Amino acid sequence: MFDDPALLKTIFGRLSLESLPLHEPIVMGTFAAVAVGGIALVAAVTYFKLWTWLWKEWLTSVDHKKVGIMYMILGIVMLLRGFSDAIMMRAQQAMAFGANEGFLPAHHYDQVFTAHGVIMIFFVAMPFVTGIMNYVVPLQIGARDVSFPFLNNMSFWMTAAGAVLVMMSLFIGEFARTGWLAMPPLSGVAYSPDVGVDYYIWALQIAGVGTLLSGVNLIATIVKMRAPGMSMMKMPIFCWTSLCTNVLIVAAFPVLTAVLALLSLDRYVGTAIFTNELGGNPMMYVNLIWIWGHPEVYILILPLFGVFSEVTSTFSGKRLFGYTSMVYATVVITILAYLVWLHHFFTMGSGASVNSFFGITTMVISIPTGAKIFNWLFTMYRGRIRFDLPMMWTVAFMITFTIGGMTGVLLAVPPADFVLHNSLFLVAHFHNVIIGGVLFGAFAAINYWFPKAFGFKLDTFWGKVSFWGWVPGFYVAFMPLYVLGLMGVTRRLRHFDDPSLQIWFVIAAIGAAMIAVGIAAFLIQIFVSVRNREALRDVTGDPWNGRTLEWATSSPPPDYNFAFTPIVHEGDAYADMKARGFDRPVSGFRPIHMPKNTGTGVILAGLCVALGFAMIWYIWWLAAGAMLGVIAVSIFHTFNYKRDYHIPVEVVEQTEAARTKVLAEHKALTA
Amino acid sequence: MTDTSSHVHAHAHDDHGDAASHGTMKGYMTGFVLAVILTAIPFWLVMARPFGPQTTALMVMGFAVVQIVVHMIYFLHMDTKSEGGWTMMALIFTILLVAIAISGSLWVMYHLNTNMMPMNPASMADM
Amino acid sequence: MSAQAPHASADATRLSFYQLDEHDHPEGGSTMLGFWIYLMSDCLIFACLFAIYGVLGANYAGGPAPKDLFELPLVAVNTSMLLLSSITYGFAMLAMERKQVGATQLWLAITGLFGAAFLGIELYEFANLIHEGATPQRSAFLSAFFTLVGTHGLHVTFGLIWLVTLMVQVGQRGLIQANKRRLMCLSLFWHFLDVIWIGVFTFVYLLGMLR
Repeated sequence: MFDDPALLKTIFGRLSLESLPLHEPIVMGTFAAVAVGGIALVAAVTYFKLWTWLWKEWLTSVDHKKVGIMYMILGIVMLLRGFSDAIMMRAQQAMAFGANEGFLPAHHYDQVFTAHGVIMIFFVAMPFVTGIMNYVVPLQIGARDVSFPFLNNMSFWMTAAGAVLVMMSLFIGEFARTGWLAMPPLSGVAYSPDVGVDYYIWALQIAGVGTLLSGVNLIATIVKMRAPGMSMMKMPIFCWTSLCTNVLIVAAFPVLTAVLALLSLDRYVGTAIFTNELGGNPMMYVNLIWIWGHPEVYILILPLFGVFSEVTSTFSGKRLFGYTSMVYATVVITILAYLVWLHHFFTMGSGASVNSFFGITTMVISIPTGAKIFNWLFTMYRGRIRFDLPMMWTVAFMITFTIGGMTGVLLAVPPADFVLHNSLFLVAHFHNVIIGGVLFGAFAAINYWFPKAFGFKLDTFWGKVSFWGWVPGFYVAFMPLYVLGLMGVTRRLRHFDDPSLQIWFVIAAIGAAMIAVGIAAFLIQIFVSVRNREALRDVTGDPWNGRTLEWATSSPPPDYNFAFTPIVHEGDAYADMKARGFDRPVSGFRPIHMPKNTGTGVILAGLCVALGFAMIWYIWWLAAGAMLGVIAVSIFHTFNYKRDYHIPVEVVEQTEAARTKVLAEHKALTA
Repeated sequence: MTDTSSHVHAHAHDDHGDAASHGTMKGYMTGFVLAVILTAIPFWLVMARPFGPQTTALMVMGFAVVQIVVHMIYFLHMDTKSEGGWTMMALIFTILLVAIAISGSLWVMYHLNTNMMPMNPASMADM
Repeated sequence: MSAQAPHASADATRLSFYQLDEHDHPEGGSTMLGFWIYLMSDCLIFACLFAIYGVLGANYAGGPAPKDLFELPLVAVNTSMLLLSSITYGFAMLAMERKQVGATQLWLAITGLFGAAFLGIELYEFANLIHEGATPQRSAFLSAFFTLVGTHGLHVTFGLIWLVTLMVQVGQRGLIQANKRRLMCLSLFWHFLDVIWIGVFTFVYLLGMLR
């Protein structure tokens, strides 16, 4: 039976022992490390008898706070994977000159840069951004959860499922070798017949469903669930940027879904959409994917702009300057994001009229962004600035992102772009804005809201080590790339013949090492903070003298966030409450209506992993079964009408009484 | 409403959101009749060809737009009030993006195709 | 460092910062808006497919063109099936407002039949095309055609599965608020599919025959 090829093919599709990377020492080494680590983790959870707790309290939780934290954990784990890819690339490029071929053959190197891009965008930056919005938005609008809590849980697991598929590609089969956007014809079945592009497609399609649903969820939440009195123009600015981000998500991700579906039709069924033959047009893929791709980068940055607004105003002790113009700027950016996409392919031959139009719109979109920077500066002006870590990261962002933005405006000039397109200048530009904007913003957000989520601050010393590793490290790693790009060096190369370039790559590698220190320090920061949590404890729930409603709750907030829904009178609602002297209610509590946990999200995501895996490896019986399973479980879920419960009034009373006590003790101590 | 609520609501209030717009028999029938007419005419125009192709194309597209509006009003009950105006805003934004995506794609692709390198005659015949 | 400003006096104009007499929110208050937003995203998927058809729809690769393939009378029949299903769903919604479970179920069933007829005719059309050699793989025009029309048909299929599920649920629990919400969402979905079909029959079939 085991040597009947037809039977094996039916059961296993195109999966075979050859699919395992047994001949690749780097991958096998990684697998060994991951296996050991994974087994250790499973053993620890088993030993401490935490499986039930994990399932009940976290995996099946529909609480937006827990979902948000899970997104952040996913992002941090995938950051380590994506950064490993980065280190490998830097090492290869620093050494591979002339006779030295480096240690990564092309087949492997191409997967590394593809995986690096896919992971960093889809499984680090997107989870960070989604996680922060998930955690913060309901609290800031005075709500108890998002509009669709179950959908929220499912969205997280769909994203995690995509990450699982990408990680699987490391050990079973291989990943795409096409770059992070997988352009055809290279990504078509003729030039990439193996599983790599299929892993790419299915990971992104599954994660994309999660992201899209999350977008719908947060728009509905912000529109429908704001506390009474919180008009749109009294909403925290972070909620405005979140709203616009989620509008972008809902408007852009369908395009990605459609394009990837069309690519998979070409690959699986042999249609002629993005082919060179039979009338297909690969350029249409480029066109459509960038119609998605440009809004995507605004999806990444807008929430962090919101973070910077909150941090700047809190740590300057002042109301945000120009709230109205910030709102308009954000909305204008949202709309303009759809009018610039061609600047990603100026060189593809659309001609002067088209290029001019998109070049101009690209330059125009930098104007509202500039307005935001000025508003932050004016907020800081004459403020009493406290340089806690969130503010340090914000200042680093302002400088770094501005430089990156300027190189973007340079690239927006089509003739300049003809020289610099797909050079290392471009690579430097987008890392400049993404690291300077998204990553520095994520660290600002983490340091800012960690105390809210966990009840104790993050250790300042290790936070500063991380900062000083990351910020100078970024400049050392990427400024050389601007130089190399201007000298004409193309991106994605694994070997060079001109030895005069090597010094720049070596400097870049040193920068990567500095960033590695920054990342290590960040992990140590978390570890040390947990260990020293009593010393770092904040009992008030408001460690930074915050201005928005999340700081009115305990740290961490109770499951229900607010025992009574707040009534809002002014923007910066909590600052207003503190200024006018509010009384925290200590009695008259009521049972609180909450949604129940559910395992359906985990199960659906698991079935999607099976579906994706089966489609990738052509295991048709498994694919059909998984697809039917997804439909059946979804339908079955809709037959559950009892999805909520009430928190009994005694529990609310106990929780609130405990907080009253703690606040009183703290007041006595600090009086 | 949840059946496990410990509050008994004596009044069914909808104050958290505007009641979803409902249809009426008259509305549905009007919409239906209009839709039938707005479908039949374009089909007839193409099948009988009383006018030239350009004119027919424009008329047919015009009828489609009108019929979509009819559907929006009579079947989907679109108005500026529902959900505080948010559904209308979402629709307008979507229409704007659809217009940009389709017209932008057509414009860009036309230019790209025009500027493409000439193909060999065999591939040309294939197009 | 918290900052609770000390204000002890309670005066008559004291602002309240908390809603002390809160009622439970009615469940599902966000559902209609949320579903509408999802529908807008679905609209954008179709926009991409229309864009693809717009760009590739004239690339016949030496193979059959719309004139050779489309049978407008059949498409007219199909269109009327879908339009009729829209009106019968409307009747179902009217019955739902009148709280008539039986009438609602009846009109839903008829809607389902019209929808199934639509799908049946479409599958028949596809089978004929493939039989004649006009397969999705034959040319970019045909790839775009099958993808656009097929995706619409797939949505109708999911709509029918949803319809049957809802009929079971209405049969089990009657026209409770949750079921009414679901019926209203399906209503939006169903009418939206008819709107997309207007685009399809206009731009694919009618304009195709004019080339």
